[in-house]
Amino acid sequence: MSAVSGDEARLLLIQASYFLTAFLFIMGLKRMSSPVTARSGIVWAGAGMLVATIFTLLYPGMGNYPLILGAIVVGASFAWVSGKRVAMTNMPQMIALYNGMGGGAAAAIAAVELYRGEALSRTVGTLAVVGGIIGAVSFSGSLIAFGKLQGLIKKSYRFNGQQILNLVILAAALFTGGVVATGYSMDVFHVTGIFALALLLGVTMTLPIGGADMPVVISLYNALTGLAVAFEGFVLGNAAMIIAGTVVGSAGTLLTQLMARAMNRSLGNVLFSGFGDTGGAASGGAGVTGNMKPIEAADVGVMMAFAQKVIVVPGYGMAVAQAQHKVWELCQLLIDRGVLVRFAIHPVAGRMPGHMNVLLAEAGVPYDLIADLDEINAEFETADVALIIGANDVVNPVARNDKSSPIYGMPILNADKAKNVIVIKRGQGAGFSGIENALFYLDNTRMLYGDGQAAVSQLIQAVKAV
Amino acid sequence: MTGIVALYIFMLAAFTGYEVIAKVPVILHTPLMSGSNFVHGIVLVGAMVALGNATTGLEKVIGIVGVVLAAGNAAGGYVVTERMLEMFKSSGAKKRPGAH
Repeated sequence: MSAVSGDEARLLLIQASYFLTAFLFIMGLKRMSSPVTARSGIVWAGAGMLVATIFTLLYPGMGNYPLILGAIVVGASFAWVSGKRVAMTNMPQMIALYNGMGGGAAAAIAAVELYRGEALSRTVGTLAVVGGIIGAVSFSGSLIAFGKLQGLIKKSYRFNGQQILNLVILAAALFTGGVVATGYSMDVFHVTGIFALALLLGVTMTLPIGGADMPVVISLYNALTGLAVAFEGFVLGNAAMIIAGTVVGSAGTLLTQLMARAMNRSLGNVLFSGFGDTGGAASGGAGVTGNMKPIEAADVGVMMAFAQKVIVVPGYGMAVAQAQHKVWELCQLLIDRGVLVRFAIHPVAGRMPGHMNVLLAEAGVPYDLIADLDEINAEFETADVALIIGANDVVNPVARNDKSSPIYGMPILNADKAKNVIVIKRGQGAGFSGIENALFYLDNTRMLYGDGQAAVSQLIQAVKAV
Repeated sequence: MTGIVALYIFMLAAFTGYEVIAKVPVILHTPLMSGSNFVHGIVLVGAMVALGNATTGLEKVIGIVGVVLAAGNAAGGYVVTERMLEMFKSSGAKKRPGAH
């Protein structure tokens, strides 16, 4: 009798700890929504995770403690070390990797429950199967996304009827899942079939999607993993999983929509068409006429040193060249001379929304100098110099005025409205999407050719020499 | 937990997630995606329970895989989010002329 009440006390304690965890997670996410409190937000959420993990060990009737602790140490130490080492430019694929692991874990929970072969109620069985399918798709899909962004998978595999194939695989997975969930058959063959089909679906869904669209896909898989966790939470009767998983599911869905909108693409478009890849370059649109006019670093230095307002438009090319530290050094020189300096960030600069802000923050740029598209676009008209470094499609005016261009309608930074536009560029090639940039040919545009880092170093010397 | 209570939790949590994220400025989108990625690392507690109740060899193996993956999700998500957010600083104290 005392054992029973002891178990009850433990369960109560666990429930209380999960309540605290849910509170800390939501407060943490809330704090993460402002740059001032963001740092403390992740610490709050981290505390919540620690509380839930420790109290879960108290569950009555659990065994396998050495296996549990060993597995935690292995998984956590691998992720801890890799997370500490990864370069900021590689952050998107790292998030994809960790997200895939979460999806895989949700699928594993479903697998353990289903392989046990005990009859589940129809609701619980259905939730386990659906959560398992979503988790497995998120797992293999995220791994493909990781491979693509990491450069391990270079090609986008496409063939006619691909969407039909995906639908067939999905239907087969759902059918097999139905057989298991309704309790018609729970043998190893059917249960294994569900997961094999779901893993395959994640691969065939993600392989055709081009690198430029990958952030939207990662965000989508992030939301899906949340949903899978919530479903498995229902199966286990675990409130912490239901709440945290659902919060991530809905927040992730919103984030995915915001990203897709910023890229002027619908989610369906991203998933079911092949644009967003360096191959298959859609070079539609009227031909751009005129010449690119080169300029020397010394002249740019003088121009910027005597400007009143300079707006820097950084793109992913800047980060690839590791030029962000030099850019900030240059800007500090200008600020010391009394020049008003702002950074203009397009929502998809970098490899996902906000990625460029992280890269600039790494270089020490204060966040209050950084403005997003809505804030800054009216300011270009009063800017003396717009310095474009590593950005291309996001400043291409054809998005505003050429209806035949594939990027027509995409919100862009109106850098062409500045009095002078300086573009730092390696050579004369087209952009990531293969579309010619009309900005480069404008009368107020000058091209400063060279490697990003070297060109900015020259500018620093030039400004110092003024 | 009865089904209807679970459904209420689901609905309220969905609204909460939407509202909490709706006010986030674009500059924090990447850390936030990473942060929410960390939050679904809570799958770790479910994986621990699944492994803790596993009896057959197959269940144990899958359970171990689940816990390893979940622990990676949680630990990795935390480290990268914390690294990114730590770098966000305002010009505040070191305010310079021109940097309004």
